[in-house]
Amino acid sequence: MAVGKEIRVKIASIKNTQKITRAMEKVATSKMRKTQARMLATRPYSRKIAQIIKHLAHAKPEYKHPFMIEREVARIGVILVSSDRGLCGGLNSNLFRMVLRQMRRWSEQRIEVQLSVIGQKGSGFFSGIGGNIVAQAARLGDAPHLEDIIGAIKVMLDDYHAGKIDALYVASNEFVNTMTQKPKLEPLLPVKVDELTPELQGHWDYLYEPDAKEVLDDLLVRYIESIVFQGLVENNACEQAARMVAMKSASDNAGKLINELQLIYNKARQAAITQEISEIVAGAAAV
Amino acid sequence: MAMTIHVDIVSAEEQIYSGLAEMVVAPAEEGDVGITARHAPLLTRLKAGEVRVKTDNNETLPFFVSGGILEVQPHVVSVLADRAVRAKDIDEAKAIEAKNRAEEMLKDRSGKIDYAKAQAELIEAMEQLRTLERWRKNR
Repeated sequence: MAVGKEIRVKIASIKNTQKITRAMEKVATSKMRKTQARMLATRPYSRKIAQIIKHLAHAKPEYKHPFMIEREVARIGVILVSSDRGLCGGLNSNLFRMVLRQMRRWSEQRIEVQLSVIGQKGSGFFSGIGGNIVAQAARLGDAPHLEDIIGAIKVMLDDYHAGKIDALYVASNEFVNTMTQKPKLEPLLPVKVDELTPELQGHWDYLYEPDAKEVLDDLLVRYIESIVFQGLVENNACEQAARMVAMKSASDNAGKLINELQLIYNKARQAAITQEISEIVAGAAAV
Repeated sequence: MAMTIHVDIVSAEEQIYSGLAEMVVAPAEEGDVGITARHAPLLTRLKAGEVRVKTDNNETLPFFVSGGILEVQPHVVSVLADRAVRAKDIDEAKAIEAKNRAEEMLKDRSGKIDYAKAQAELIEAMEQLRTLERWRKNR
């Protein structure tokens, strides 16, 4: 009896797909925990550095580092953080869409945009649509190191120093919770210091070794690096969470599809049996 | 009990240490500094070397930092390291290998190498080994 062979083959192939999506879901779940821990581990550093910069701004309000001075914007740099791999739902495309929308707005104001892209998906997408990519870093893995992205950041900082760009943004996904990731675009340069709080103002100053300018120079570069790095590890956590959710719904959908096909298959089989019986009965009656 | 000061040692990738200490010794760019409670506010760059934290129960905890920034407030010391490891976690084999490689590079007189970078690598590897050795001796 060869009823519905195509259906059986189809069911088998969907079952195989389901096995893969299930495995990917499990891998993403376990990786998500690690990436989340990593994301939390980077926070103390950037928080500390932000604090020190705030102190500095209070202690030396008259000294302005080039990174702190606002200029008229003719050209903007964007550091875009994306994932290396796909199959993580709309994570990357949502981010790209937001960045593209913003880029269109900038180009209406006749502002040029140059990109520094971290992650393969981003460089693939933006080189495909002809974006101006000046630097990229990819294949960083699940445990990226700061050294891996310093190059991509330095290009932008040098351009800012040289006056080739007048503002710098970082685009990445924000980890709200496991179910929600929000694309965000944040200004990095010029560094904006919050409102001066009066109780901190003018009372004291640091002793600087070797001197204020050099220390501040170093500090600001590290500050930018730490923000981008934080964006990267946060994006990693987002990627795993998004993949987990996407793979879960893929497995569920595969299950539904299998059920439906199984039903169709059973009906077809039953119909075939019924037909066969009635043929036999009719044959017997004719004898 | 002596006055204590809060110490945070963080690198960009993780928090290494956070707790109270009697004194912190760090390799500032212009010579080692020892910080106790109520030190004047200080901001300085660190070079590669050993950070020692003397805790309030008289233990000394050694850490290796590859460079970074030291911030001192009257009651808080923050070490913002580029890279930091506890002395006992130093990978000796790797450090020796890095040292040998840097020495090889420095021998190359063809002028093709980045001299400053090789030198920095050499210093970092040597400081790591020194930190490790001292930790072993005091254990």
